[in-house]
Amino acid sequence: MKTTPKSACETCAHHSLDAVKKLGVDITNVDFVIALAGNPNTGKSTVFNALTGLRQHTGNWPGKTVTRAEGAFEYNQKKFKLIDLPGTYSLMSRSEDEEVARNFILFGKPNVTIIVVDASRLERNLNLTLQILEITNNAVLCLNLMDEAQKNNIQIDTRSLSKELGIPVVATSARSKEGIPELIATISDVALGKIICKPHKIKNIPPQLEEAIKKLSTAIQNQYPTVSNSRWLAFRVLEGDVHIIEALKTGNFS
Amino acid sequence: MKEVEEFDKIIALSNELRWQIGDDFHDDLTEAIYADAAKIVKKTVVQNSQKGTLGIDAKIDSIVTSKIWGFPLMLFLLGFVLWLTIIGANYPSAMLSSLLLDIVHPFLKESTAAIGFPWWLSGFLVDGVYLAVAWVIAVMLPPMAIFFPLFTLLEDFGYLPRVAFNMDSLFKKSGAHGKQALTMSMGFGCNAAGVVATRIIDSPRERLIAIITNNFSLCNGRWPTQILLATIFIGAVVPETYSSIASLSAVVGIAVLGIFFMFFFSWALSKTVLKGEVSTFNLELPPYRTPVFWKTIYTSLIDRTLIVLWRAIVFAAPAGAVIWLICNITLGNESIAAHLVHSMDGFGFILGLNGVILLAYIVAIPANEIVIPTILMLTVMVTGISAGSGSGVMFELDSVSATADILKAGGWTLLTAINVMLFSLLHNPCSTTIYTIYKETKSLKWTVVASILPVIAGFIITFLVAQIWRIIF
Repeated sequence: MKTTPKSACETCAHHSLDAVKKLGVDITNVDFVIALAGNPNTGKSTVFNALTGLRQHTGNWPGKTVTRAEGAFEYNQKKFKLIDLPGTYSLMSRSEDEEVARNFILFGKPNVTIIVVDASRLERNLNLTLQILEITNNAVLCLNLMDEAQKNNIQIDTRSLSKELGIPVVATSARSKEGIPELIATISDVALGKIICKPHKIKNIPPQLEEAIKKLSTAIQNQYPTVSNSRWLAFRVLEGDVHIIEALKTGNFS
Repeated sequence: MKEVEEFDKIIALSNELRWQIGDDFHDDLTEAIYADAAKIVKKTVVQNSQKGTLGIDAKIDSIVTSKIWGFPLMLFLLGFVLWLTIIGANYPSAMLSSLLLDIVHPFLKESTAAIGFPWWLSGFLVDGVYLAVAWVIAVMLPPMAIFFPLFTLLEDFGYLPRVAFNMDSLFKKSGAHGKQALTMSMGFGCNAAGVVATRIIDSPRERLIAIITNNFSLCNGRWPTQILLATIFIGAVVPETYSSIASLSAVVGIAVLGIFFMFFFSWALSKTVLKGEVSTFNLELPPYRTPVFWKTIYTSLIDRTLIVLWRAIVFAAPAGAVIWLICNITLGNESIAAHLVHSMDGFGFILGLNGVILLAYIVAIPANEIVIPTILMLTVMVTGISAGSGSGVMFELDSVSATADILKAGGWTLLTAINVMLFSLLHNPCSTTIYTIYKETKSLKWTVVASILPVIAGFIITFLVAQIWRIIF
């Protein structure tokens, strides 16, 4: 074990792990629901285990998690339920594992969505990240596998990344539990509204398309005032996604 | 009704808009996302040099996925893992069986007699239920406790996606999805787990192929059967110095034959009832990661080994009870078991098997793990030889040679052993897997196909082997 001198943040009470209680599968009376999303093989299950103290099986291959796993932890007397979603490259295709992930973020209305990305493969991972930010407002980017990125001499300016995406960014190496206390504190801050996210919305869309989306999303918003992501629903309806159209028809968003 | 009208309006609007924006909508959106991603990365990421672990990974990959070394290396790793399992499992297995069967079993017999249990109750509980469970623990636990952690270490290291990469072109040729290599690998641990893992395959057609053919991966309930029979019968054919290598090759051969059948049936299905295009996919080769050794050992012991063992015990207990009952309830002057065995002997002979083996495979539908003890017990009862604890009792014999004696007394030959090894590979999935297939496909038809297809293959193959064998020898 390498011993590093404690940084100012680690000695601060706010970051103290003492306030964290891993609750395993005890998920009764939760205050907040947290979804864990990300590309395959970015270490979602490892982050999940680090947060909940569970031992969800992890493996070094894409597609290890095909069903959603649930667990819980407590931080500063608030209970958080955590849902580990199957890894997906996108939310725009129709395989079963991707639908599990998409439907939960879209209709399960998690209080916060943690997007786990592989720091060495940020560009590819941002594809999913930007799609998730279209759907939900409250998200935290977990820049995982930082140890590998450092080995590969990749440097990431987390502050400007956070600014660009409009959500907090936490660098972690979940296998050695590095950055997990910071991640927990950030999740809590977003859930409690101490941090307000202003997520990036997809730019560079041709103007004609942008206009069409606006028209359709306004129509959807008028008809279903409770939905928070009419813009994404408009994208999907335009694409003829039968599941989304069915959900709109029945008004059943769960 | 107003809501329905509003909904129709939205759909009408979207149809109209779709007309205006044209076909490139999806591509436009995807391009916009990628453009945004590229811009963000340009602003925030600095790649100092290409050095680092990527270079080492590429070097390992150039060997592991090479055209020349890829397949031999896969066979070598499979053989090595099996060799460690066979060698390593021997001693703890012997210790467990002497503890559970030579010490605890007589003790339970005496205690129940002392308390005053009637013979049928102590027979039912101790000779039926307890012995079945004890046998499963003694035989299953040691190999699983070695095989699973080794497999998990390879998995954590990142080897599985390379296997998928190597086999991709074969899958493509057989009309199946390349990711089936991953679900096939999971099947080597447990077919039910392999069937659930097929969710990573997007296309329903290719997913069905993967589900139906998963049973051709030899699961951990069948490895011990293969290992035991290969040790007794195949190892005995060659001089003693080569016997362990001969039995190891036989087991690897059966596993490879299973892979061959998997490809054959994938191909046959994709050419007939499940026709269609092969979908393309991206498979990321993840970086090699040094497994966190002790943690991996610990979690695979707790998560996999104990869970699978528990399942085996849960199924072995009632099966033990059933076996004891059919051996001890008589119709006329023979037990139910004897009637069943005799009625199936003829069919068994045609397949180079016998009635005992077929009955054992019926009793063992819940769990493949209990096939061998059931065969031994039924053999003793039918032949009337006195060994082990006698009629209607499932038992483990301490030494491999004692097991061999019983089987030989039951009329087993090298042909019987080879055909049981083949039939162990090619028969219906266990009941848990069948149920899982039903849950995943939600189709009775495909569940039946997946259950019957391997049995038919097994009948055909064992029939052919038996006929050819009898002509030659």
